[in-house]
Amino acid sequence: MSAARSAATRDGEPLLDVRGLCADYGAGPGAVHAVMDADLMLHRGEVLGLAGESGSGKSTLAYAITRLLRAPGIITAGSVRYHSGSGQSIDLLAADEHQLRVLRWSQISVVMQSAMNALNPVISIGSQLTDVLRAHVPGMSKAGRRARAAELLTMVGITTDRLGSYPHELSGGMRQRVMIAMAVALQPEVVIMDEPTTALDVVTQREILQELAELRERLGFAVLFITHDLSLLIEIADSIAVMYAGRLVERAEAAALFRAPRHPYSLGLLSSFPPLHGPRRPMTGIPGSPPDLRNLPAGCAFHPRCSYVMDRCRTDLPPLLELTEGPGRQAACWLQDGSAPAPAELALPVPPAGRVTAAGQLQAGAARLDQVNLRSRS
Amino acid sequence: MTELGVTAQPPATGTPLLEARHLTKHFPVHQALRTARRRLRERPAGAAAAGRPVVHALEDVSIALPRAQVTAVVGESGSGKSTLARVLARLLPPTSGELLLDGRQMPASGAGRRRYARQVQLVLQDPFSSLNPVHDVRYHLARPLRIHGLGENAGSLEESITSLLERVSLTPAGQFASKYPHELSGGQRQRVAIARALAVRPTVLLADEPVSMLDVSIRLGLLNLLSDLRERERIAILYITHDIASARYLADTIAVMYAGQIVESGPAQQVTDEPAHPYTQLLLSAAPDPERAGPPVLAARGSPPSLVSPPAGCRFHPRCPHAMAICADRAPGDFDVAPGHAAACWLHAKDLDPAQAGPIARPPAGQPPAGQPDSARSSAPEPGEETR
Repeated sequence: MSAARSAATRDGEPLLDVRGLCADYGAGPGAVHAVMDADLMLHRGEVLGLAGESGSGKSTLAYAITRLLRAPGIITAGSVRYHSGSGQSIDLLAADEHQLRVLRWSQISVVMQSAMNALNPVISIGSQLTDVLRAHVPGMSKAGRRARAAELLTMVGITTDRLGSYPHELSGGMRQRVMIAMAVALQPEVVIMDEPTTALDVVTQREILQELAELRERLGFAVLFITHDLSLLIEIADSIAVMYAGRLVERAEAAALFRAPRHPYSLGLLSSFPPLHGPRRPMTGIPGSPPDLRNLPAGCAFHPRCSYVMDRCRTDLPPLLELTEGPGRQAACWLQDGSAPAPAELALPVPPAGRVTAAGQLQAGAARLDQVNLRSRS
Repeated sequence: MTELGVTAQPPATGTPLLEARHLTKHFPVHQALRTARRRLRERPAGAAAAGRPVVHALEDVSIALPRAQVTAVVGESGSGKSTLARVLARLLPPTSGELLLDGRQMPASGAGRRRYARQVQLVLQDPFSSLNPVHDVRYHLARPLRIHGLGENAGSLEESITSLLERVSLTPAGQFASKYPHELSGGQRQRVAIARALAVRPTVLLADEPVSMLDVSIRLGLLNLLSDLRERERIAILYITHDIASARYLADTIAVMYAGQIVESGPAQQVTDEPAHPYTQLLLSAAPDPERAGPPVLAARGSPPSLVSPPAGCRFHPRCPHAMAICADRAPGDFDVAPGHAAACWLHAKDLDPAQAGPIARPPAGQPPAGQPDSARSSAPEPGEETR
């Protein structure tokens, strides 16, 4: 793994550039617009968190990016440019089957939420690991594949005598570790994780996140981490995009989002997690329930649940506005368009950049911390 | 065994509404005939016939649910917390121990069970499968009323349904009553499930992970509803959860369960702010916490033990960073660390001699200690263990 961190020198370069991506389920007038006009930028070596509730379109967005969206899901607009290490840039939405086959797993890999369904129950995990290598590394010998599979398992903290085990013989945490081992088998640049720890107990979840941090230190891949658990995301992600009803509503550095949210939905989500410290006080969460995507409210989709709702919100859809306080800080809310001062809760000062990584867990190395700080200042 | 486990202490006022004393629940492990025969053959000659292997899902658990209080049971999957709810609801008979409702034991007869169900109601985790998809909300609420003879005539039945829906903030009630489960969101379904439990005017509500299947933004609404029921209607509530932060938010008392035993219990805020048991400390160190300064440090590693052959002594000792010689040997009783706050941990014992407090004799590296987690767990799936 000596060359593992060769990518580190280019940390911060664009890696995955998603512009105006729209994905529907079904076609025609009855189509459900699951993702609308999504812009995302994943940088090299970054952990980008995608937060949202069920039905917000976060998984659909991930599958659309990787072209894994199954019928009746269709991508209706947008572009996804992948900038590979060799300087090439590929539009994933225009790529043909062959290009995708080469790209998937070796450059972009996915860890699914339900490891039990993602692993083949009748094939041993050793065979499933070597399968990947056989398909993507043509010259590798059988013994070499076996050795690599064993090495991968060791990397995620599973003893090699488990190579012959079947998925049902492993606990939930071990299965998810196997999924992660498979995802990094070919040293990809991007790993997309769709709720990788949601079904696990907190202790197992934390262990896996720590192993993931170590793997990232060694292999230097970027992560698109999808979860509904915003409190977890704030700890592990560099920057966070919040989705609501198919649209991105806010984008910010993790600490900035936590200390100074700009969208009422982000604020509501943050105050939906009871704190582990300090005096207990009543909290309200967000009134109402997430909207039906087939029947979205007019204007801002969040307005029926928003406590700051104005007349304009009921009719006009707010665009994702670049805020004045710095690059990478965006919110889709009429309160933030500059025409009037935002309410105090939505105008808290952003913490100084030096504190950005205080909560970071995935960035264990000091060198990485510096890079992140540089990026947030630049 | 009687010294095992910690009693979730009620405040000194009167008898608790529902009290469980020394509950034990063992599930027999069903084994293939061939395995059973082999075990029989391999048994050393002259050895006593070993009983069938059992899953020790609950071991000497005592808990009290006082009026107008929320008692939270926190633990990982497989810790026995759902088994506890089912035993308390009398859906499962305990292997031993007793259940006291208002200080009295209820007869096991059909009428006794019905009387018990009028007082103690259970709300399940998954509102998507706990409601019948072919019946409307009105049916779900009318059924318990009819069964318990509370809705004699149609007029009063309709009135009760309306008031039930209003109590769980599903308004306009008339509109919700004729909806089917698929027309409701997850949060609304769970409110219907709670309304159904409230229909018979119970004094005790057992809520088994009532919000874990719901979207983050609507969880607090339901927790606040439970809080309202505690304050307005003085119902005793058991809140089972794996999320210690929500237990801290809602509960008056927290009991932490590990491997079928209650290892710590006390006032909610005290348990989370000053955890006395190493397992509680582990849970807190693993919980997501944006306020945490610096990277989280897990207070221990590993997974819960097999409940078929739990470790001797304290069941947490193979994972415990503070394990001492005595921990592998004898199960700790409960030690008071503060008024109303107890922990089943030898660290809080006053008079250990140096040999007992000495280092534990660990098995050599590479050889897993007894009751080893993952592998043992997965080869023998345990009843009571849910996959969330």
